[in-house]
Amino acid sequence: MSTLPHQARAVVIGCGIVGNSVAYHLTEQGWSDVVLIDKGPLPNPGGSTGHASNFIFLVDHSKEMTQLTLESTRQYHAMDVYTECGGIEVARTEERLEELRRRMASAKSWGIEPVSLVTPAEIKELVPYIEETILLGGFYTPGVGVVDSLRAGTIMRERGTEAGALSVLANTEVHGMDIEGGRIRRVQTSRGTIEAETVVIACGVWSPLLARMAGAHIPLTPAVHQMIDIGPVPRFEKSTKAIEFPIVRDMDVFMYERQDGVGLEIGSYAHRSILHDPEEIPSLGETALSPTEFPFTQSDFDPQLVDALDLMPEIVGDESVGVKYAINGLIALTPDGMPILGETPEVQGLWSAAAVWVKEGPGVGKSMAEWIVHGESHIDLHTSDVSRFHAHQKTRAHVRARTFEAFPKTYGIIHPAEQWSSDRGIRVSPMYEREKELGAVFYEAAGWERPQWYEANAPLVERYGVESRQAEWDARWWSPIVNAEHLSMREHAGIFDLSAFAIFDVKGAGALDALQRSVLAQMDVLVGRVVYTPVLGPRGGFKSDLTIMRIGDDEFRIVTGGAHGMADRKLFVDQLPADGSAALADVTTAWTTIGLWGPRARDILSTVTADDVSNEGFAFGTCRTVEIGSQLVLASRISYVGDLGWELYVPIEQGARLWDVLWEAGEPHGLTACGIGVYGATGRLEKCYRAYGAELESEYTVVEAGMQRPKVKDQDFAGRDAHLRHREEEPAAILCTLTIDDQTSSSGVKRYPLGREPVTLRDGTPLTDRKGRRSYVTSAGAGPSVGKHILLAYLPPEHAVEGSSGELAVEYMTERYPVTVAGVGATAIFDPENTRIRS
Amino acid sequence: MRILVCVKRVPLTGGKIVLTEDAQAIETRHLGFTISPHEECGVEEAVRLIEASGGESVVLTLGPPEAVEQLRDAMALGIDRAVHLVSDVEEWDPQATAGAIVEAIRADEAANGPFDLVFFGNESADAGNYQVGIRVAYALGRPVVTGLKGVAVEGDVVRCEQEVSGGRDVYVLPLPAVVTVLEGLNLPRYPSVPAKLRAQRKPVEASSPTRPSSKLEKVRLVVPEGQGKEAVILGHGPEAAPAVVEMLQQIGVV
Amino acid sequence: MVLVYVEEPSELGQQALAFARELGGPVHAFTADVTAPVEGVETLYVAEGDAFASYAPAAIAQALVELVERLSPAAVVAAGTERGNEVLAHVAAKLDLPFSANCVAATTGDPFLVTRVRWGGSLLEEAHLHGNVKLLTVQPHVVAAEERAGEPAVERFTPALSEADLVVRVVERVPAAAGGVSLAEAKVVVSCGRGAGSPEGFGIIEELAGLLGGAVGCSRAVTMAGWRPHTDQVGQTGTKIAPDIYIACGISGATQHMAGCKGAKAILAVNTDPEAPILASADYAAIGDLHEVVPAISAEIRKAQAQKAGRG
Repeated sequence: MSTLPHQARAVVIGCGIVGNSVAYHLTEQGWSDVVLIDKGPLPNPGGSTGHASNFIFLVDHSKEMTQLTLESTRQYHAMDVYTECGGIEVARTEERLEELRRRMASAKSWGIEPVSLVTPAEIKELVPYIEETILLGGFYTPGVGVVDSLRAGTIMRERGTEAGALSVLANTEVHGMDIEGGRIRRVQTSRGTIEAETVVIACGVWSPLLARMAGAHIPLTPAVHQMIDIGPVPRFEKSTKAIEFPIVRDMDVFMYERQDGVGLEIGSYAHRSILHDPEEIPSLGETALSPTEFPFTQSDFDPQLVDALDLMPEIVGDESVGVKYAINGLIALTPDGMPILGETPEVQGLWSAAAVWVKEGPGVGKSMAEWIVHGESHIDLHTSDVSRFHAHQKTRAHVRARTFEAFPKTYGIIHPAEQWSSDRGIRVSPMYEREKELGAVFYEAAGWERPQWYEANAPLVERYGVESRQAEWDARWWSPIVNAEHLSMREHAGIFDLSAFAIFDVKGAGALDALQRSVLAQMDVLVGRVVYTPVLGPRGGFKSDLTIMRIGDDEFRIVTGGAHGMADRKLFVDQLPADGSAALADVTTAWTTIGLWGPRARDILSTVTADDVSNEGFAFGTCRTVEIGSQLVLASRISYVGDLGWELYVPIEQGARLWDVLWEAGEPHGLTACGIGVYGATGRLEKCYRAYGAELESEYTVVEAGMQRPKVKDQDFAGRDAHLRHREEEPAAILCTLTIDDQTSSSGVKRYPLGREPVTLRDGTPLTDRKGRRSYVTSAGAGPSVGKHILLAYLPPEHAVEGSSGELAVEYMTERYPVTVAGVGATAIFDPENTRIRS
Repeated sequence: MRILVCVKRVPLTGGKIVLTEDAQAIETRHLGFTISPHEECGVEEAVRLIEASGGESVVLTLGPPEAVEQLRDAMALGIDRAVHLVSDVEEWDPQATAGAIVEAIRADEAANGPFDLVFFGNESADAGNYQVGIRVAYALGRPVVTGLKGVAVEGDVVRCEQEVSGGRDVYVLPLPAVVTVLEGLNLPRYPSVPAKLRAQRKPVEASSPTRPSSKLEKVRLVVPEGQGKEAVILGHGPEAAPAVVEMLQQIGVV
Repeated sequence: MVLVYVEEPSELGQQALAFARELGGPVHAFTADVTAPVEGVETLYVAEGDAFASYAPAAIAQALVELVERLSPAAVVAAGTERGNEVLAHVAAKLDLPFSANCVAATTGDPFLVTRVRWGGSLLEEAHLHGNVKLLTVQPHVVAAEERAGEPAVERFTPALSEADLVVRVVERVPAAAGGVSLAEAKVVVSCGRGAGSPEGFGIIEELAGLLGGAVGCSRAVTMAGWRPHTDQVGQTGTKIAPDIYIACGISGATQHMAGCKGAKAILAVNTDPEAPILASADYAAIGDLHEVVPAISAEIRKAQAQKAGRG
């Protein structure tokens, strides 16, 4: 047994699959003194890895998860711990069959081949013990497999230690963490204290307890997943491998069945949500199995037995096959279902690698190591970033509410726009009551209730002749009112509640330098300018895009979307000077923002203010304070919807008053309340305005996104070197605007892709650029003013030919619809000259 | 033939026993429960006997409401129906336990005729009182033999085998009789899924007897002090072998 | 006075007598047709008659009941063996008295306090034992046996037995099949848990046991999996062993298992986990994978034996 070193470059806590992976990859990235500890024994310290079912399905609708899974699979293969057996997700209902068609699209978008839809008869051939008559079909992925995650962990530990770069200490419990000046300094353990500037919490269900020791948050909850093992199965007794038949996911009843040697393992996500607290998990000695294998609660599983029996009567119905093992296994669930990765916003040098399942473990390990050592990972991890959480999302109540709601949807059919029903109404804008009166349908962003559209605008649907969507899936979480609001804005003007914006003020003598270092655009601009800029990572990919107002010589106001607000905040905080010459204040809840846009916006604004709001007197891209009645309002003339107008900022307690004043003034001008359906989709898509998390991700460059400026500023900034390099290269892909030529399906129904579908040649051949990236729809939505359904997608240069028609198609629910490349690069298909916003 | 099996719900303990704060019971928050191991073999034996000869098997427990899980487990192994004497949280001493079981047996026999055999575990895993089966046998006026690893019904007698040093002692008892058995009597089957589903539909007759005062009256439980041993680490991996053999030589077994 | 039922003169019988002496007052003994002497007691009562030609628990109990009624002892004590517990339970049932099995301590007085074993010794219970005659058995190996000389007075009697007392009796002794070392009596026991991986995984365990002239044991999980017969199971519900050395390979140390090896004079744990509960009870440990450590030990023993043979 090695003794605990006094010092290490990094301490990784937790010897589950992810801790082993992070520690190993840190050594692979060149760190030579990494220490890996666990309070339990090895090779199975008693966490969730030890009881994992260890199978890997490759296709997920999330690109990030799929990429992590693919990378993990590659590593498992290389370690020779991957047994490929194939996997079938089966459908008992029509609705599920449609979902499986959607999986086909995701598989093609993320480049997973081969996959196929299979008939019940084909399923029977692959899984001869299945009752195929109750099935309608299945989604078959031959590359699905089972891994030995404990063995993989051992191999990675051995490689690290053999290279002399890793020390592993089992039975070493963390008792505390020392924080000084906001940085992690030391870890106190049962074997003594170790100094480290980098500490990674990879403790699965225990992670919140470790984070709390340091004053940080890893918001997850242990939850139960039930699993039984039956056997011996006569059919499996001749098997030479641990698994020879494909794993079956019985999606409609939330269960899976897989061969496990001579047994059949049956897992369930169909039972009630059983949540525990991390504090409840007993120590190793106090349990009969392991700390994360809770006693089986039979009554929760009983209803599922019938479903398993229906699907596999030959095995499950065999009187000689007994239930040999049954557990309530603990797994980690997060409020939004994504892992929790990255440096904690509370403590520098303290990293989280939690809520990671076996299928993502090695991929997460590699990505985390790249992130820790180089500042950025190859796989864009923004949806897993630990800094994504807003204050309320870190609370136990929120975590429990959301995981309770999400657990039954583990195998659910989740619409891309699906809204949460639990723990809503946490943040409401000052205009909330007005909006309710207008019949607002609220969607949530960062805890804010935001009107997506207003039922009071229903009469506009007829007036503008907006079509309804025939296919229920396309029409779900959507309303034709959105298009009507859009057209009304384009004709008259629209008023928008933008309270969910995250707003940060950066002040001080060092403010300009700090911002220069943070963003691509030149920030040394005249006071009163508004700058729209990307924020880049070290490799020149996108970390964010946002606007910054120069309010004074040493005072800037950053405005960004609420959803990514907390992660953006960390981007800037990380660049603040150590000497304290600049400070960042989160003023999100000090200000509310109302948007006013449309050809009549100036007419409306000029009736309520004596200030000059003419095109000459208040130029596009500037901001200044104007008087509106008895209110001082910071007006910023920019637009994300492609029309003339302003963002108007007032202290939050005055928001309702400003709304009323504008509303009254707007009435004679045909002012319409417009929801985020217009702001976030239709308005921007017609203008090819990109969105972070859709078009803008770290794997795409500024040049590819068509956002390069004529000059690069002289000052250094994050990603500058890479950006300069990208400017010299031919882009591997170019962002384009596509319109669908014919939306009619083979059954005569007009279909509306919702995003993330593959863009292919007409014959279905996927498009792959020279960096190996597939072309897929980054955003989709209506273009009411252009009368087309609009898709944004990165295309290889040879296909990015404006006006090219009939060559490409978008694949939606396994049917292909021809598209036209309507715009290449930044050129918008609506008002390409920008006369509306600039006049 | 009619056979009754009496079982007890006991926790599945791990490497360390933790007590509740009042030291009246084991902390079972993190523990699963099972039928006490000897009795599980009793259940299996009863099921086999009824499978072979026909008739009815009944399982009985005195235990908290949750003990119905163990009754269902027994029925999933093939027992036909269950009698649940629902107890409060207080532990019943062996005399009280025997008394309640005797009452229940008399009631059942009055309605359905006598049990040819009544199975008990030799002793429960948790309390280990070694006496409930014998007390019940005396109250019913039936012969009883304990610690069995072999039970064979031959006509109107039961041939019972006990493992003793040097061999097996054989008893032959007239039926009806009471037997207490040990683990190893058989290897209990695992319940199949169809059997579990059938068990859900089998009848459980519940009643709540009143607990008389205890004559073996528990005051408190105590976890014995560890032996305070500090194991001498002879080495790691195969390199430990020479030190191990040296130690074995010192002990005198090599 | 205290009356002690002595099945046969043995270590455990001596322990029961020692325990009885601690209770205070004169100690008398009772045996059922055992000719061997019981020394160090005041009077030895010997029940005689055909009924005692083979073991008949109800008959022995009835003889004890007769003595209890005649002598009115304060307590009746026996060793906490299978038969000691059985006979006293019969007595308890016949007299409708409470009975406390497997005591490790008793304090006379009112209430009469006993400390008894639960969970095969992993837990103790303190309890008040009611009844005008205290019936209790003594947990083996917690009280030191005490050789005490002194020829007792011997009183032989033929108890009055009913028909029912004679129904249950040993009618036949089937001798054990020859071969192999009995687990309970082996001087060396080598055992393994599920970590063996398969029934075949016990090959290395059998090899080591063979080299040491010992018996193979296993955990309950192993017998429940059907890998080994129950007769190999060490534990609370298996065999209680008392070897000179118990080599426990891949045994974590669950209470159920440890209850079966409390009699071992020394324990060597072979375990990957230096914090496994068994290490708190072990005298020696080799940390490592049993699949590597056990064959290495066997090889080392062969080497040692070869050297010895060479020298001889």
